[in-house]
Amino acid sequence: MIFVTFLIILMIAAAVAAAIFKNLLNAVIASGIVSLIAAVLFYFLQAPDVAMAEASIGAALVTAVFIIALKRTGRYEE
Amino acid sequence: MRKLISFILLAVLGIGIVRPLKKIPFGTPKSKVGKYYVNNGVKDTGATNIVTSVVLNYRGFDTLGEVTVLFIAALGLGAVLTIRTGRKTKEKIEKASIVLSTGCRFLFPFILLIGAYIFIHGHLTPGGGFQGGAIIASAYLLVYLGCRGRRVSEKASSVVESLAGLIFVIVGLIGLSVGGYFLLNFLPKGIPNSLFSAGIIPIIYVAIGFKVGSELAGVIDHLMEDT
Repeated sequence: MIFVTFLIILMIAAAVAAAIFKNLLNAVIASGIVSLIAAVLFYFLQAPDVAMAEASIGAALVTAVFIIALKRTGRYEE
Repeated sequence: MRKLISFILLAVLGIGIVRPLKKIPFGTPKSKVGKYYVNNGVKDTGATNIVTSVVLNYRGFDTLGEVTVLFIAALGLGAVLTIRTGRKTKEKIEKASIVLSTGCRFLFPFILLIGAYIFIHGHLTPGGGFQGGAIIASAYLLVYLGCRGRRVSEKASSVVESLAGLIFVIVGLIGLSVGGYFLLNFLPKGIPNSLFSAGIIPIIYVAIGFKVGSELAGVIDHLMEDT
């Protein structure tokens, strides 16, 4: 239970950081961390199917797509 | 002033979400449909993974729609990116470091194996076609990152994708012609917990795994094309 609470706090912190960061690469990594922790939490909530989809799509593919998009645009937010 | 208004709106929205949610006890089954699936899922479909029996048997037609949505998204992305760039531009390819390229070459088959395992065992263990397909696509992403210059042949991926979609629809249509409704489980259900059980569910999940994997790999291929 303490571990899950810790994960939730970490997830909220990562989500806030993703919104605040001016360096967009860091923001993308932070949003990837949100997805990864969401996957772990889904596993603890006994939904391994959703956890698997979240880990592979949310944490891996979406992060990669964002990084490719960053490479085509700019890395810093004005 | 604007900040105050937005704060008040946010507070109202938050209270509006929290108050109804507090009345719902967390984790207790409320609907009769869910209870029915849990109690009769294995008997009705032969799949020990209840999620799979819902996704492919009770709600199989919705899954066809889901696959179609993914297909349309991949198609639209491909169309937009091809219009924008016109033709493939061959630029100089920056080589990855030896650690990265060796690691990618070493890990690639294992990730493919995990993806294939997940969608072949979709009716027994957690996971299924969508998850396995996404894992396979992430293996291709690794190849694109580590071994620059290697590409999936577009023709092969589109052939695999169309064949997999066709298999899904044909299996559904066979059910329609045999028993009267789409995606009828016309094969014997077998013994639960064995690999060849649950009738048409493994066939459809393998097809979905190939389809999702080739589609997402194609999306990544389109995106990586001129970066």
